[in-house]
Amino acid sequence: MSNISHSPESAGGNLTARALREGIFAGIVALGLFVLFVGLETTQNIRNELVLNQRWGLLAIFVAVAAVGRFLTVAYIRPWMDARKAAAKAPAEADESFFKRNFSKIAIVALLIYPPLMVMLFGVQGSLKWVDNFGIQILIYVMLAWGLNIVVGLAGLLDLGYVAFYAVGAYSYALLSQYFGLSFWILLPLAGILAAFWGMILGFPVLRLKGDYLAIVTLAFGEIIRLVLINWTEVTRGTFGVSGIPKASVFGIWSFDVSAPNNFAKAFSLPMSSAYYKIFLFYLILALALLTAYVTIRLRRMPIGRAWEALREDEIACRSLGINTVTTKLTAFSIGAMFGGFAGSFFAVRQGFVSPESFVFLESAIILAIVVLGGMGSLVGIAVAAVVMVGGTELLREMTFLKAIFGPDFTPELYRMLIFGLAMVIVMVWKPRGFVGSREPTAFLKERKAVSGSFTKEGHG
Amino acid sequence: MSDTLLSVQGVETYYGNIRALAGVDVTVQKGEIVSLIGANGAGKSTLMMTICGSPQARNGTITFDGEDITRLPTHLIARRRIAQSPEGRRIFPRMTVYENLQMGASLDNLKYFDEDVEKIFTLFPRLKERQSQRGGTLSGGEQQMLSIGRALMARPKLLLLDEPSLGLAPLIVKGIFDAIKVLNKEEGLTVFLVEQNAFAALKLSDRAYVMVNGKVTMSGSGKELLANPEVRAAYLEGGRH
Repeated sequence: MSNISHSPESAGGNLTARALREGIFAGIVALGLFVLFVGLETTQNIRNELVLNQRWGLLAIFVAVAAVGRFLTVAYIRPWMDARKAAAKAPAEADESFFKRNFSKIAIVALLIYPPLMVMLFGVQGSLKWVDNFGIQILIYVMLAWGLNIVVGLAGLLDLGYVAFYAVGAYSYALLSQYFGLSFWILLPLAGILAAFWGMILGFPVLRLKGDYLAIVTLAFGEIIRLVLINWTEVTRGTFGVSGIPKASVFGIWSFDVSAPNNFAKAFSLPMSSAYYKIFLFYLILALALLTAYVTIRLRRMPIGRAWEALREDEIACRSLGINTVTTKLTAFSIGAMFGGFAGSFFAVRQGFVSPESFVFLESAIILAIVVLGGMGSLVGIAVAAVVMVGGTELLREMTFLKAIFGPDFTPELYRMLIFGLAMVIVMVWKPRGFVGSREPTAFLKERKAVSGSFTKEGHG
Repeated sequence: MSDTLLSVQGVETYYGNIRALAGVDVTVQKGEIVSLIGANGAGKSTLMMTICGSPQARNGTITFDGEDITRLPTHLIARRRIAQSPEGRRIFPRMTVYENLQMGASLDNLKYFDEDVEKIFTLFPRLKERQSQRGGTLSGGEQQMLSIGRALMARPKLLLLDEPSLGLAPLIVKGIFDAIKVLNKEEGLTVFLVEQNAFAALKLSDRAYVMVNGKVTMSGSGKELLANPEVRAAYLEGGRH
């Protein structure tokens, strides 16, 4: 039916009639499909008898969704897509929009004013959810994904155990602050250094491995770290985790401990609230994430960054150009791990509690998924992917109205992974190289020269 | 012109238990163009790779500029200024032409980059036109130019070329061979060339070696070998061996 060709310019009435027809047909098909699956339900009652429940309302919703969906697709979405395709065929405008050109600047400014904005909109206590659950949570993943991007996106080394370095960073802060009473600002760099050290330890045995083989070993490495954390109970307290991790302070000037004399809220004679601490943490993780981005951008223009990218492209060619592939790989692993360590110690200070539960393989998989979905190597794409993936799953928790449709037993969080997977499939079908799939060159002759599309498409000779 | 730059003596290379090179002796003098011709599987490319240390020779010695480099790792051999344009070109496909050339200048950390890149662009004007294009989108001939250009960016004492004519149209091959000749005449660059295209290679070379089954069976000046009936039969007129 969909093969019937039509032009968007054809009479509107004709189109609507066709859409109606197809909509009704889709409704009938849906009715036939779902009448037994959805319309009727068998349950056992208290006396263990089989009872047939009739759910005509739910069935009506299913049929309506199919019919209306088909109607909208045929009547509006498809003509719109065709129009867009036709527009894309016309020569693209030379000037990108202002928004597109300055996307990263606008995004940074938006993030800087995000917490005060939330406080204004929802009040001091009300902002907690938005700053903490959305802001901080997403930024942690942005930072982790940017860190992993150095290893996977730039150097092309598939690392499935990245969460191990996150764990090393978190436990470094948790344990060292508990046993030695060191402050966050001393332990933050230390956690990074320790994670970088573990990155090198992972790097040595896997120097000769590539692709699938490398992925398996890094996966095992991540599990080893987690199992050590579970089983080394004298130090890490095993599955109970480390709790009561001290909070960070504003460079030792203001504290966020309620009893401290230099408490932040007291110092500014504000009402007591945990929101200030969360806002402080928001800016802290924002700064850390931006540091990661800055370092990545700078490194890409330096010899070591160029060597990483060349290594991803062709290892043999690299060696024949005099590049030491051993040190190149080790630096990629250790610098990537270092940012994982930073993020880990931030995670510990934010939660106040760490346990091996937080560092399961699923975390590695999510971080890697963000990197791949964003487009390997692209910082902006990865940030967008993190917002969509992490923000999307957080948003699901908020969708309580779904209970009205699917009944009070419906918990949207349980479908998190289902929707996560569906989103990944859709993105990969729609944009196989991630949101931002093209690689930005880092070097140009004198000034940036615009090369017209017709010139670059094919070579001669 | 009689200083030995590269000397390969009794080199044997194995892939597992298979002997690919069975005692090869080759010397290259400073300022020469030397070519190595032979059929598929004769071990030409293996010799090239062995000089670069990947795989390393099991027996024999390779001396470069008076230094034994037989057991050095590849990147250190490259740092002795032996640049290679490998078989299959192996440019970096997702990096631009300009970035590919930058990678070639890694040894000096771009110290001479600007003047060298200008030189490459004069030698291969096509590369200048395509400088902001990704390497993978170039045509075969342009990729070969880029591969040679990238090797030259390292300011090599010895340039190793592995089958520069592979899969290219005769006109392009001629252009590339002319460029090699110019480099040799004007800069005194020493070139060691592996080729299937025996006729073009022998015409270009000062001296040449013929390789069969991992052994050098014949050597002489390019002209001598061109005139040699055996060589003619096996590599120039084709199909009779």
